[in-house]
Amino acid sequence: MKAKKRSQALKTPTVFNILIGVAALGFITLFLLLPLAIVFTEAFRQGIRVWWQSISDPDALSAIKLTLLVAVITVPLNLLFGLAAAWALGKFQFKGRSFLITLIDLPFSISPVIAGLIFVLLCGANGWFAPWLDDHNIQIIFAVPGIVLATLFITFPFVARELIPLMTEQGTDAEQAALSLGANGWQTFRRITLPNIKWGLLYGVILCNARAMGEFGAVSVVSGHIRGETNTLPLHAEILYNEYNFSAAFAVASLLTFLALVTIIVRAIVEGKNKTREKV
Amino acid sequence: MRRRSWKQHSVLPGFGLSLGYTLLYLGLIVLLPLSALILKSIDLGWNGFWEIIGSERVLRSYQLTLSTSFFAALINAVFGFIIAWFLVRVRFIGKRIIDALIDLPFALPTAVSGIALTTIYSRNGWIGAPLESLGIHVAFTPIGITIAMILVGLPFVVRTVQPAIEELEVELEEASLSLGAGRWKTFTKVMLPMLLPSLLTGFALAFARAIGEYGSVVFIAGNMPMKTEISSLLIITKLEQYDYAGATAIAIGMLIISFILLFSINLLQSWSSRRLKGI
Repeated sequence: MKAKKRSQALKTPTVFNILIGVAALGFITLFLLLPLAIVFTEAFRQGIRVWWQSISDPDALSAIKLTLLVAVITVPLNLLFGLAAAWALGKFQFKGRSFLITLIDLPFSISPVIAGLIFVLLCGANGWFAPWLDDHNIQIIFAVPGIVLATLFITFPFVARELIPLMTEQGTDAEQAALSLGANGWQTFRRITLPNIKWGLLYGVILCNARAMGEFGAVSVVSGHIRGETNTLPLHAEILYNEYNFSAAFAVASLLTFLALVTIIVRAIVEGKNKTREKV
Repeated sequence: MRRRSWKQHSVLPGFGLSLGYTLLYLGLIVLLPLSALILKSIDLGWNGFWEIIGSERVLRSYQLTLSTSFFAALINAVFGFIIAWFLVRVRFIGKRIIDALIDLPFALPTAVSGIALTTIYSRNGWIGAPLESLGIHVAFTPIGITIAMILVGLPFVVRTVQPAIEELEVELEEASLSLGAGRWKTFTKVMLPMLLPSLLTGFALAFARAIGEYGSVVFIAGNMPMKTEISSLLIITKLEQYDYAGATAIAIGMLIISFILLFSINLLQSWSSRRLKGI
């Protein structure tokens, strides 16, 4: 009752709300909806057959394969790290904890191009590891391992960032209870911790995956753009676009956009789940 | 006893293992590669560093990157605030969809937003064509660069300001209104000061993100040296010429700028939490 009264007193004039709405929705249309619309319009402009041809072209297929390969390697590694980091930082209090969190966030604040550059400095010609890599005939830069390393760096914080605040907030009471009732560490983690964090974990993994598949700047520096060999999907879209093959470029882009849409839908669902749990 | 001094005692197992793995992985994937950049810059020396940074082409790229990023962050601060307000305070149909959509720039590959924006704002694009007839060129000018940076920075402002608006205490607003202050005065004197720290944080995050942006900018920028060449692109150009020293120096300059920004964000946050505790 009281809450209702309050909202009555605070009710802002309708005209003001309409103005706010027009400005907000106008801006969103201009910067978010129009780019979405153009991707799908251009992708299907010449019909679904041209779209399908662009996707099933051998170069496109190899780009899809490479993109999937990179994601299959990087996402599980960063997931494992995210779980370990969230367990150490979310369930324990120790000195240097906040400094460690800052370090984990570091790749988030480094330009993708610089992320690519550091791996060129490390493994490229004249790099630190160049003599050793040459001796063992291993190529990293302008090859798949370089793409994997740069993507690992860029997507490094995503799972951890999602889980650390969540696990910190949940505390250790449930785990302590399980342990005192005789569960071992692994059982406690699997039966108690994991079910509590599953939604945050799901979003972290999906965002990490979207970023791994869509990374452009860092991968662009280390890939060498070799068609059919070191081209990921975003790089393939770039090449097609620069060749004025717009339909094909946007067909490839439409796949990545679809992935992005799935990602934000999952986020909205996860947010909803978290909110209903808070209410309970 | 010694263990207690740096870590609070806990009955939970696996601390050593999980922390050890975290540190090992962090070291291998992030710290070791980053140290290569720092050592390479020490190689360059002070004079070598300044010689590269001081060249006109590099200075112009910094100037362009900083000014376009600044304007993009400023526009984002204004409209991000309006959007956050709209999402928290106004009831409308489809709110969940709009709210979800705000995260799109986090998930959309930068190359995709780059080619999409370039197509929209090119000479015969949906918005480019009408603007062209008014004599305004967007694609391949600093305006185009700014537009791309607005797109990537928008969620940072909305997602930092939104929770702050949600947590605003309605009582204060009510008190101000009932004591006779008008709506505008209540907004500027009571609410804005409380929201300012989060708005500034959002601004700084969007600013930092825009400085490092590459993918969405490179298509719409036109990339003419001295005119529309951003710093990230200049790094790539130097790398393609095998000028590793040049690329490193430009990167270090950019890193210093973004760390200053991050540092000021941290200061802002501690300042605002102290101020709020004071109240």
